[in-house]
Amino acid sequence: MSGAAGMGWEIVIGLETHAQLSTASKIFSGASTAFGAAPNTQACAVDIALPGVLPVLNRGAVERAIRFGLAVGARIAARSVFARKNYFYPDLPKGYQISQYELPVVSGGFLDIVVEGLEKRVNLTRAHLEEDAGKSLHEDFHGMSGIDLNRAGTPLLEIVTEPEMRSAKEAVAYAKALHSLVRWIGICDGNMQEGSFRCDANVSVRPAGSTTLGTRCEIKNLNSFRFLEKAIEYEARRQVELIGDGGTVRQETRLWDPQKGETRSMRSKEDAHDYRYFPDPDLLPLAIAPEWIESVRATMPELPAAMRARFVADYGLAPVDATTLTASKALATYFEEAVRHAGGEPRACANWVLGELSALLNRLEAEADASPVGPAALAGLVKRVLDGTVSGKAAKEVFEAMAAGEGDADAIIAARGLTQISDAGAIEAIVDQVLAANAKLADDWRAGKEKALNALVGQVMKASQGKANPAQAGEILRKKLG
Amino acid sequence: MLSLDDVRRIAELARIEVPEEGVAALQHDLNGIFDLIEQMRAVDTTGVEPMAHAIDLTQRLREDRVTETDQHELFQSAAPRVEDGLYLVPKVIE
Amino acid sequence: MFDHTVSELAALLRDRKASSVELAAVFLERIERLGGGLNAFITVDAEKALASARAADARLARGEATPLTGIPIAHKDLFCAKGWRTTCGSRMLADWISPYDAHVVEQFDRAGAVLVGKTNMDEFAMGSSNESSFFGPARNPWDPSRVPGGSSGGSAAAVAARLVPAATGTDTGGSIRQPASLTGTSGIRPTYGAVSRYGMVAFASSLDQGGAFGKSAEDLALMLNVMAGFDERDSTSVERPKEDYARDLARPLAGLRVGLPKQYFTADLAPDVAACVMAGAEELERQGATLVEVSLPNQALAVPVYYVIAPAEASSNLSRFDGARYGHRAAAYADLGDMYRKSRAEGFGAEVRRRILVGTYVLSHGYYDAYYLQAQKVRRLIARDFAEAFASCDVIAGPAAPTVAFPIGEKTSDPVQMYLEDLYTISVNLAGLPGLSVPCGFGQGGLPVGLQLIGNYFDEARMLNVAHRYQQATDWHRRSPPGYGS
Repeated sequence: MSGAAGMGWEIVIGLETHAQLSTASKIFSGASTAFGAAPNTQACAVDIALPGVLPVLNRGAVERAIRFGLAVGARIAARSVFARKNYFYPDLPKGYQISQYELPVVSGGFLDIVVEGLEKRVNLTRAHLEEDAGKSLHEDFHGMSGIDLNRAGTPLLEIVTEPEMRSAKEAVAYAKALHSLVRWIGICDGNMQEGSFRCDANVSVRPAGSTTLGTRCEIKNLNSFRFLEKAIEYEARRQVELIGDGGTVRQETRLWDPQKGETRSMRSKEDAHDYRYFPDPDLLPLAIAPEWIESVRATMPELPAAMRARFVADYGLAPVDATTLTASKALATYFEEAVRHAGGEPRACANWVLGELSALLNRLEAEADASPVGPAALAGLVKRVLDGTVSGKAAKEVFEAMAAGEGDADAIIAARGLTQISDAGAIEAIVDQVLAANAKLADDWRAGKEKALNALVGQVMKASQGKANPAQAGEILRKKLG
Repeated sequence: MLSLDDVRRIAELARIEVPEEGVAALQHDLNGIFDLIEQMRAVDTTGVEPMAHAIDLTQRLREDRVTETDQHELFQSAAPRVEDGLYLVPKVIE
Repeated sequence: MFDHTVSELAALLRDRKASSVELAAVFLERIERLGGGLNAFITVDAEKALASARAADARLARGEATPLTGIPIAHKDLFCAKGWRTTCGSRMLADWISPYDAHVVEQFDRAGAVLVGKTNMDEFAMGSSNESSFFGPARNPWDPSRVPGGSSGGSAAAVAARLVPAATGTDTGGSIRQPASLTGTSGIRPTYGAVSRYGMVAFASSLDQGGAFGKSAEDLALMLNVMAGFDERDSTSVERPKEDYARDLARPLAGLRVGLPKQYFTADLAPDVAACVMAGAEELERQGATLVEVSLPNQALAVPVYYVIAPAEASSNLSRFDGARYGHRAAAYADLGDMYRKSRAEGFGAEVRRRILVGTYVLSHGYYDAYYLQAQKVRRLIARDFAEAFASCDVIAGPAAPTVAFPIGEKTSDPVQMYLEDLYTISVNLAGLPGLSVPCGFGQGGLPVGLQLIGNYFDEARMLNVAHRYQQATDWHRRSPPGYGS
């Protein structure tokens, strides 16, 4: 990518994301949307398009679209229209997909992203409701394909950006921010392995400085952020090389092949599509009253951007830390709970959440709300560090013990005898022993070797089996040596 | 008026096989129908709102509840080819 | 007994003068003896019919009967009925057994009606003569060399020949009113949204509406009382209180304003038909109604507009018939695309294929605005014409078909000639209005003629009132075809 840009080319990227909405039932039928059922057991008469069946729109899907519109500051259409997109494909039982075309439910809006420390606003074109298709299974059934229609009719929100991203990194930052947002507002579970959040990337290249758009290719099947990044980089390089060799980019749909690490033309999409969109006569215009929008607004959580600003303003956190803490709602909630239990101390809590806790969660591949160390427990430990009961070093040991389920901080500190010695008399006694046994180090310090003091503190810690308060030990040493 | 290529193009879009020797006759029939339709095209409809539905109402919404049960065996009893609960069709090439 | 109306049969059942099983036996025997020559039915199931007749008798004995309990009926073969073959008159679904019931079928089951069979129809309801059926044409009992009209030709022929007292139909462009006119039966298409389309295999979704055939307007009211009503499974079903369509039947016609559209009485209308229709209007006048001339300026555009909108919707509605999950699949094919193309070419008849292609074209890239969008706009103009006409009248009267029944084969070679059969019915579908046809005399060759009444939205009770009063004063509706009467 940097190679392509380095040669005087600019990459232009727009993303189309399909977020599967977290409804219990399908967008136009009462069949379950649960993942992983045996083939076709969740494909009802409407989903398999029996003759005579009709669609009825799911309120839950519309409400989730409204939530999204509110979260990105978009216009929510008072009246939107469902249209039929006509094409033949075995995973599309009706021979058309019910989608929205001319009048989508959500238009405009934006998402702010941070890329390498810089903020960038990505404007959204629209977001519309549509139904998902089924799945074609290509394992060999005597040379045939098997069709599972369980997924057919699952509600999707297709979120389309303006072609405003200029690097694969920006595209990934946008996709991650969007992924976080849809989970944050509770409209999508974000499970990329199960296909709940899928991105298609429209990629084109143009000479740097040009204001006209190049011919774009649409890349499908990008079911991880890593694939998204690699596919865009590959595709941009392919296009630049193609043009460099005197060729022209053909507008087409391409598929990311993760095994080969390349994009390839999709044969099934080769013939020029003529989808013959028209308003679905089985569905009337969708009307959304202002009162409905307001009642949804009343249930909206504080959004990540607002929360991030508040963390900086009210808690004095660094913007980069505030951004990380608001990357997921679970983590942000965890942090705020920890602060509440600690009775303040946001910076100390932030350090622990971003440090030990995040490392633990990474190791467990768990979300903050599933952490074995809860926010109250973490706050209990933070308090013991701040009141000097345990040293920072011992606290890490306590944290690991908490993660292993050994109890709360106080219990572990007591059981393991990790209480820090902060009694001046006790420390003085140890200092006296150490100075008596290490006259050479004492002399070195008096001769101006500052490092000798650290060695003496080390000896005090060793003698106290790590329990002495090191800062206090240092002070007492200076006094005695001075 | 539809050309022979138009007829071939829409037959392909509609996935209906038309033997090459039948294209001209079909073109004749279709153009008869388009002759009939033609008079509608000349009407001045400036400012007229298109009418997509016979009734001027808005969409009713269904509560988000699972109401359907598994009936795939009944449904698949009518299917041309089924195996392991899957509908079988000629190989899908992506 | 076979010549009785539904309300007369219901009285016999209520008074224990006949049992439902007896009624079923009478009509099944007639179907067996007379039905073959008319080809009115695609499927008859005596066993199922007798079983539900026995259940109806038990219900009658318990005193839990509705007016339809124990009455034999037939459904047009595009209403899905669980366990019944539901063919839509097509090779595509020739062997398809529906796994579920249409709303309409459910309603008649609940009322205790006895389903004896599924009636013949133009393939996927596309036609005005019943000749496009894969199962061969149904025939007109008044002259079996002639068509019964279409697309609900089998239902019309069955009721006319007294093979069933009443039957359901659907009307997308005139498919109930035109065959009612051609067979001397009464037929009603309600307001769009009055009868649920759930389980009624779609032809053109924004125009399709289920309705009924019977021997009298009163029977139509009884049928609508069962069929009509809100159904949450159809997004276009209108949510309104259940009504009794028979409530106004006896209301006098004094003060009624009957509009006669001047565009209906032109050279396109056969003189024999015009004479019967005018005589019908005069009977209404005799009963105290006022006849007023109204204008439907865009009337001539109705057929052209319809042949854009209906095929467009049909081309999409019929895409589900792809040979993958049900219905006809070609025996041999090279690949997936070939399976689609062959299955659909073999499964659909010529008229269905033509309409799918017309619809595909008018929706295709570059033509949508000129055809489909323009048709939707002209559709609005046509609907406005009616709104203006209803400012000066309560019901509109006119012909339901331009001629009496025509010979089988006369119009099959020219699709456009066939389309013009629906000249007087199609605009009602475009506007979404209710319309009915009742017999009003006999034209050339002693063949029946229908009087069409068009009402304002949800004004079925008023239309049925007018039709009933008309039938109180005339006996056209009680005439039966020679050889089929008592």
